[in-house]
Amino acid sequence: MEIDPFIFRLTIFILSISVGYYVVWSVTPSLHTPLMSVTNAISSVIIVGAIIASLSGVSENIFEVSNIFGFLAIVLAAVNIFGGFLVTQRMLKMYKKKKKK
Amino acid sequence: MSPNLSAIFYLISGVLFILALRGLSSPETSRQGNYLGMIGMIIAILVTFLSIGNFSTGLIYVLVFLLVGGSIGTFIAFKIPMTAMPELVAGFHSLVGLAAVFVAISAFMKPEVFNLGTVGNIKLASLIEMSIGAVVGAITFSGSVIAFLKLQGIMSGSPLTFKGQHIINLIIGLSIIVLIYFLCKTQSENLFWTVIGISFLIGFLLIIPIGGADMPVVISMLNSYSGWAAAAIGFTLENSALIITGALVGSSGAILSYIMCKGMNRSFFNVILGGWGTTDQASSILAKEQKPVKNGNADDAAFLMKNASSVIIVPGYGMAVAQAQHALREMVDTLKKNDVKVSYAIHPVAGRMPGHMNVLLAEANVPYDEVFELEEINNDFANCDVAYVIGANDVTNPVAKSDPQSPIYGMPILDVEKAKSVLFVKRSLSPGYAGIDNDLFYRENTLMLFSDAKKMTEDIIKSL
Repeated sequence: MEIDPFIFRLTIFILSISVGYYVVWSVTPSLHTPLMSVTNAISSVIIVGAIIASLSGVSENIFEVSNIFGFLAIVLAAVNIFGGFLVTQRMLKMYKKKKKK
Repeated sequence: MSPNLSAIFYLISGVLFILALRGLSSPETSRQGNYLGMIGMIIAILVTFLSIGNFSTGLIYVLVFLLVGGSIGTFIAFKIPMTAMPELVAGFHSLVGLAAVFVAISAFMKPEVFNLGTVGNIKLASLIEMSIGAVVGAITFSGSVIAFLKLQGIMSGSPLTFKGQHIINLIIGLSIIVLIYFLCKTQSENLFWTVIGISFLIGFLLIIPIGGADMPVVISMLNSYSGWAAAAIGFTLENSALIITGALVGSSGAILSYIMCKGMNRSFFNVILGGWGTTDQASSILAKEQKPVKNGNADDAAFLMKNASSVIIVPGYGMAVAQAQHALREMVDTLKKNDVKVSYAIHPVAGRMPGHMNVLLAEANVPYDEVFELEEINNDFANCDVAYVIGANDVTNPVAKSDPQSPIYGMPILDVEKAKSVLFVKRSLSPGYAGIDNDLFYRENTLMLFSDAKKMTEDIIKSL
């Protein structure tokens, strides 16, 4: 019997949780705020689904209800992607070591 | 682009996201990590365009909307003051949640686009996955909106509790599960909308009873939820980048919640099930007899610190509110010129989100190797001459060690009491968030500096 592709996705999911577990424990506590803002940015990779949703259907009628939800999701996710990565960068720039005297 | 090839690229962007988080293990590697994350995102978006291969007028709209969202995000990222980070993160969580809901709705209305079957005949597994995505997304959205309003001060930060709250939440939670069951049987669109509607409702109800100082836990928890929502949508779309990211973010948020709960010695459920201190208010009022305190001014504080050989600074939420971090750093600079050794001690739950104080100090150009976590520095208090507590309270309260009746008993605290003298910058004697009196205020070696954190620090600089 063939294995259901769902099982493969479940495998990826479970393994990623374990990877996430170890990676996040190694994050230094002083960078927990940038951690939150960058996880915000990367979880907006959901924009992939939004793009597919908005480009579906025939090109004459691009503004069907399902497309509109796709477009709205693109805007929301784009705010997060740009905002999340850039604010993280802005924060990380501020972390400086002591200047050697 | 063939589906296999694009799946490989999605995998690559998933790995880049892992590396982005990995970079955060030290400030030196963090910037590079952030760039890897950006590259991962660009790859994911480009691959999606290429795999659809539909370059009709629709694409122009997609780019326009992408730019609109992108410019709003860029604008916010550069304008937002660092003290407003908790609000910003809560706001961002709400957007991820809502985006997940929208994608789920779109997939429900046009399942054929995502290869999930046809309207009224969606594959069972996909229907369950998209329902979970929509439910968790909706809870993330409405919960984050409440968290945002509370942090922003638009809504009162005190816990709002009412009778039967938990029963109502439980009933709503169960009814969501029942409705999803019937949704799977009937594929009814109305049921789908109902499920989303009551998920929004339960998000509001879950966060409303949680008070301001518990926000670190709430924000971490919503961070986690936004990840699980993304992962569920990833299962629906059969997209590995989304599944990997969702799992990463989900576990990241869960770990942060755990760290925050441990920092308060409370169980996760204890926080989620509502207000701290609400049960113990009677006893705290009884304990509030008048006791003498030593009241000092800026000159006294300056004298003490100038003649000290080591000073430890304990910042808390009050510093963020007063925006005192820059003044604080100036004060420390002056002290260092007088050969005083200065370090900073940060409690895990200081402020309104994990790492809040570290970011503010970094903004004020405090080198990160002068800033220490609780375990690293706690033994040093015994050898330090002055502890300068600015805007913190409960995290220094020795009652956590001595009084098993106290609501904060068992919470790890900074051993400020062991310092030779303690300076408390506070506006008044009012108890902290937990609603309990701080014994330290009345100690022989404590000097209370009643003032705004920023103003007092500036006055100390002057008299130094």
